[in-house]
Amino acid sequence: MVKMAIDGREVEVEPGVTVLQACQSLGIEIPHFCYHERLSIAGNCRMCLVEMEKSPKPIASCAMQVADGMVIHTNSEMAVKARRGVMEFLLINHPLDCPICDQGGECDLQDQAMVFGAGRSRYVEHKRAVKDKDMGPLVKTFMTRCIHCTRCIRFATEIAGVEELGAVGRGEDMEVTTYLEQSLRSELSGNVIDLCPVGALTSKPYAFIARPWELSKTESIDVMDAVGSNIRIDTRGSEVMRILPLLNEDINEEWISDKTRFACDGLRCQRLDRPYARRDGRLEPATWAAAFAAVAGRVKGLDGARIAAIAGDLADAEAMVALKDLMAGLGSPNIDCRQDGAKLDATVRAGYLFNTTIAGIEAADACLLIGTNPRWEAPLINARLRKRWLMGGFEVGVIGPKVDLTYRYEYLGAGPETLAEVAGGAHAFAKVLEKAERPMLILGQGALARPDGGAVLGAARRLAEAFGMVRPSGNGASRWNGFNVLHTAAARVGGLDLGLVPDEGGRDVAGILDGAAAGEIEVVYLLGADEIDMDRLGQAFVIYQGHHGDAGAHRADVILPGAAFTEKDATYVNTEGRVQRARLAAFPPGEAREDWKILRALSEALGAKLPYDNLGEVRARLAEVNPGLAAVDRTESAPWGEFGTDGETDPAPFVPPIDNFYMTDSISRSSETMAKCAEAFLGPRREKADG
Amino acid sequence: MSANTVAVEPPEQFKFTPANRKRAKALIAKYPAGRQASAVVPLLDLAQRQNGGWLPRAAIEYVAALLEMPVIRVWEVATFYTMLNLKPVGRHLVQLCTTTPCWLMGSDAILEACEKTLGIGLGQTTEDGAFTLVEVECLGACANGPMMQVNDDYYEDLDPKSTAAILEALRAGERPAPGSQAGRQASAPAPGPTTLTGLEGTAGES
Repeated sequence: MVKMAIDGREVEVEPGVTVLQACQSLGIEIPHFCYHERLSIAGNCRMCLVEMEKSPKPIASCAMQVADGMVIHTNSEMAVKARRGVMEFLLINHPLDCPICDQGGECDLQDQAMVFGAGRSRYVEHKRAVKDKDMGPLVKTFMTRCIHCTRCIRFATEIAGVEELGAVGRGEDMEVTTYLEQSLRSELSGNVIDLCPVGALTSKPYAFIARPWELSKTESIDVMDAVGSNIRIDTRGSEVMRILPLLNEDINEEWISDKTRFACDGLRCQRLDRPYARRDGRLEPATWAAAFAAVAGRVKGLDGARIAAIAGDLADAEAMVALKDLMAGLGSPNIDCRQDGAKLDATVRAGYLFNTTIAGIEAADACLLIGTNPRWEAPLINARLRKRWLMGGFEVGVIGPKVDLTYRYEYLGAGPETLAEVAGGAHAFAKVLEKAERPMLILGQGALARPDGGAVLGAARRLAEAFGMVRPSGNGASRWNGFNVLHTAAARVGGLDLGLVPDEGGRDVAGILDGAAAGEIEVVYLLGADEIDMDRLGQAFVIYQGHHGDAGAHRADVILPGAAFTEKDATYVNTEGRVQRARLAAFPPGEAREDWKILRALSEALGAKLPYDNLGEVRARLAEVNPGLAAVDRTESAPWGEFGTDGETDPAPFVPPIDNFYMTDSISRSSETMAKCAEAFLGPRREKADG
Repeated sequence: MSANTVAVEPPEQFKFTPANRKRAKALIAKYPAGRQASAVVPLLDLAQRQNGGWLPRAAIEYVAALLEMPVIRVWEVATFYTMLNLKPVGRHLVQLCTTTPCWLMGSDAILEACEKTLGIGLGQTTEDGAFTLVEVECLGACANGPMMQVNDDYYEDLDPKSTAAILEALRAGERPAPGSQAGRQASAPAPGPTTLTGLEGTAGES
């Protein structure tokens, strides 16, 4: 420990920390712009100057390591004067346009100028002006406001792994830009908006929309992928204005993906705000009672085997347990939550979880990616893999799609044959896995959502066992589970935990669709299921419960309007098996209701009344079905078991489950911002004539 | 860099000549394996020399690919150093120092002589593409001011007459002798040696 004095207090701090960190640990606030705890130290804004005894000049506390006997003054005359001077310099070229700046009210420069600035400037010269840069449909630029802290450049280079942002020119002519002003090709690009301490980089879709003090803030959970990023939903009235990340070291640290951040405008479009029923081939507005009567007319008296239900990718656990209970009440064994047909086994929990946990990736020393493109399926897990890779001593092998993952990997092959080679030890990468102390594998839905998915799952399990990836016994360091399934659907793990898979003799999604096409299934209940082939539903009577007028609603005979994830208190389980609660931030539009309530009301109309009347009782039922669902915000290691099958695998290459990162579900498909992104980032790259 | 009068189509393609490719390999080999990015400045300089004194976009992208660097990183370097020109320049790039010591020694008159002889102002290129005249900050030859640099050569101790003579000679295709135009050796005192002129005080003399 290092002994030093800060503002007259004798303190002991860890060696290796910086003066700024030491001050922060004492609760002393040091103003700063370029310093950020997750980025490398730049030391170029000079705002964090403090006085160090025996030093003739003030020191930049963010870049100075603590040393024995150091005496620091953070509020001496020298420190105060230095800060005031730096602030005066920073404001020489910074426009005083706070009233028309979107950062106003949450601006570091504004706040720190108030506290540490001098109040007036001695400079009367013209301010410089910088041309704004086109950074694509997400990030709005106002480069005259830039104070050159380089946080955005360091974020793009270090965290996002796309070296496209840089500072060109020098001195007064320095400008932050991308090469030839192309948009930033990263799924995490929106985070530079949060990082920018001034109003140089702001959110384009949110431009001139609201001031921070007008918004009510709700802490919640994201459902755009299966990571379960912690978010803050900012609403004004009933409208979601924006979504920001919340700190959770175990999941998303302090980042979120662009889809999480910007798809929220999809919550305003294509909404189902009243029930509909098909009359003479046309969907017409109906009352709740009429819609329920239409359903009851078809369902009552029907044999349970002729009824089926499919839960979609955004369904919450409360709605899914209600659906399961309703189907049981109607005597139907046909229920499935795997609408992509992934051959996941619901009986062994360890067989469908990301067992290593997201934070656990940092302890791994080798990784095999099978049939997955984590950059699109879970950008934050990919960022964690990159973080681990940057630490060194982490070899990555890929079987499946060959894409830019932002870190270097060894490409092993495209399909199950390569997997068998590695498992058999014939492949060179097998040596890497053998040598590794904590090897992990990540199995994507691209490897499972195919007819031989069960065999691939079995092969992956045997590979994990053969290379010592699973060490359930032991304690501390020797305990390890490197078998991971990466889900793409926020609902999936919850659905599997609740057992939303066909009972004995029941049909899975493929069976339901075949049955519907053949006329053996007469009623299909879609709980927000939009990503199935609607044409194969044949003549079946389709009930769609959901929040967006997407594929499912178009095919439906009765539409029951539900609530989106921002409009209900709901439970989601992320790919790690972490149970998290989303919270109501705005009420559902029009006559739409929370999903479990719809199912509860419908059950009464169908004469199979569900035994819960409030959220507490539904949650008690959740815990009854799976006690794990009561353990919120925790991950529990799941016991290992046998899962997957032994069968033959098809040599066809693994196909990634996502072909358009920006449009994967009914919310993002309705989002104008996401449509613009898909055009800008996935279309042919735009070339500019002049450099 | 300012406007020029020579219309030059930027080349779409850039590639090192075989000789320069060999030179580039030698430059890269100076740095440890995996640290090839350290060779970015010499390689940009090499590319600039090959391309007639300026760097087109294609050359920057070529160097980036050669060094396995993101283009933006090379672009940052190319825009940082003023010795790397991003727009076409004349065959003779006349860089006149106007920083304080040279200015005190009369760089204004030298600038006037340049403008008169070449018929162009600062930042401009002659119509035949022979000369580009630019103003630069200190080139480190303060003891010999005023001075200018033409391509790789320093011309020092200038006066308007010698400046005009140098430019005329360059226009005629000659290469005037670089260095002091007042005839002194390097930066030795201009009026001749001021110390050690005799043998007084040396051993044996009293």
